[in-house]
Amino acid sequence: MIKVTNLTKKYGSFTAIDGISFSVERGEICGFLGPNGAGKTTTMRILTGFMSPTDGRVEVAGLDIADNVIEVKRKVGYLPESTPLYGEMRVYEYLDFVAEIKGLKGSARKKKVDEVLETTHIADRRRSLIGSLSKGYRQRVGLAQALLNDPEVLILDEPTVGLDPKQITEIRSLIKDLSGKRTVILSSHILPEVQMICSRVLIINNGRVIAADTPERLSSKFAHTGRFSVSIAGPIEAVAQEIANLPEVADVSVASRETTDGMEIAAYLVEPKQDADPRKSLARLTVERDWTLMELSPARQMSLEDVYLKLVTEEPSAGPVASQVEGA
Amino acid sequence: MENAFLAVLKRELKSYFYSPVAYALTGVFTALTGYFFYSGMVFYGMASFEMSRMAQFAGPQELNVNEFILRPLFGNMAVILLLISPLITMRLFSEEKKSGSIEMLFTWPIRDIELTLGKYFAALLMLASLLAPTLIYLGFIGYHASINWGVVFSGYLGLILLGSAFIALGVFVSTLTENQIISSAISFGALLMFWVIAWSVGESTGPLAETLKYISIFERLDTFAKGVVDTKDVVYYLSFIFVFIFLTLRSLESKKWRG
Repeated sequence: MIKVTNLTKKYGSFTAIDGISFSVERGEICGFLGPNGAGKTTTMRILTGFMSPTDGRVEVAGLDIADNVIEVKRKVGYLPESTPLYGEMRVYEYLDFVAEIKGLKGSARKKKVDEVLETTHIADRRRSLIGSLSKGYRQRVGLAQALLNDPEVLILDEPTVGLDPKQITEIRSLIKDLSGKRTVILSSHILPEVQMICSRVLIINNGRVIAADTPERLSSKFAHTGRFSVSIAGPIEAVAQEIANLPEVADVSVASRETTDGMEIAAYLVEPKQDADPRKSLARLTVERDWTLMELSPARQMSLEDVYLKLVTEEPSAGPVASQVEGA
Repeated sequence: MENAFLAVLKRELKSYFYSPVAYALTGVFTALTGYFFYSGMVFYGMASFEMSRMAQFAGPQELNVNEFILRPLFGNMAVILLLISPLITMRLFSEEKKSGSIEMLFTWPIRDIELTLGKYFAALLMLASLLAPTLIYLGFIGYHASINWGVVFSGYLGLILLGSAFIALGVFVSTLTENQIISSAISFGALLMFWVIAWSVGESTGPLAETLKYISIFERLDTFAKGVVDTKDVVYYLSFIFVFIFLTLRSLESKKWRG
């Protein structure tokens, strides 16, 4: 549905986005995740035709945006981050104005405006001045205007920023309801939000896509599923050394230690080698050495938050991490 | 799609007329022109009285209403328009830039030309509505003295053309800044420059002097005020408008590249 190839945008000498490529399939909800200034908004502004890229190609619904900007704009609904509406207009009046710009006429226009008022649950505020609405309602009016042209692609720039927790939940479920057959791109720096709504995540940092996959796969990819923690009563230095010497173990660290009744007990975090399970040889080892195995449990699954922090705080490494970065 | 043009035109008109802006501007304009009209009438009355006392020598005659009232009135209206039109145009694009709503506008399926013309014609209608109440003065003169309606027509045509040129320049300037005060200050300064540019020329001739005289925006109004509609002048105003609409479109386009 959306295909971005080698997209670059420079502001003077500053490179906001640096040759990013990705594609989004029809019906996907794709989340742009990244710290402030990563290039999320710039990418969205190019996708919506607000700005022209310095270099690269953007295709929306099979149309090259450089040649068909008006056609693309007809297929896209966009909600900018600050939701800039006209405060002096009434909700209904504003939506009617946008619908007219979007090419709707007469009774079809009236019907469509009524419809989006219902969809976004603001029908009771149709007579209100936009300037007098709360941030949550303004956000809905913003969403409503984006829906007026029945967009195939919905682009939402930080749709929940500045809302209170109740409004955030409402807007999120609204976005989920809206998605249906539409392709949705939303940006956020709130991880649980992306994990909750999106079927795919693009992590963007310093103008590059550094990872792209489903939230689950991203977590598991970095979680090294075999990681576990084991508590053993025995001389700590020796135990750590012996575990590290096991052929299946990649790394061992001491997570916590205590001394009870003269017995040294420590919890070790064991990182197995790829596709290896050291648990069996570890059990044998404890028996041979006459240590006591107190507890063995799988380590906490790495959350998307851990992945994200790991990725954006890491030094720029060699190329994208994930397998699914198309065209890279 | 003319749909989008009309949508913008209507919204802009509403923002003039649903707010006190239109009424404040019309009020000020009417009060000032009313004062000039009144002075003109008083002067005309006194001159006519003088003439009637001398009628025994020269025979009864009527002073020329066009020369005494209409021509100065059109000139004065033009100067007041120069002062007021930057106030009409200053918000057109500046406000959208300031509030960020330009981002919405530029992602809706509307062409820059539709957007620009929508705003342009709304401002022009606003300017025309300033002029409307002044027709009362002419009705008043027409009732009391004989008046040449051809001159009235050409005078108003001149004012509308001049106003259209003012508005075109103002629309362009409003794309340059998000600050409305800067927008109106630059428009006002530029318009004033177009007015006084030929003053330094005096009686001198030569290509430069001729060019400056040609550029000067006010000289031409006097021709209209005398009742003469010259194609040359009409073409001048239309080219002036065309150039500034074109610059507006370039300015909007360049925003998309610079971001």
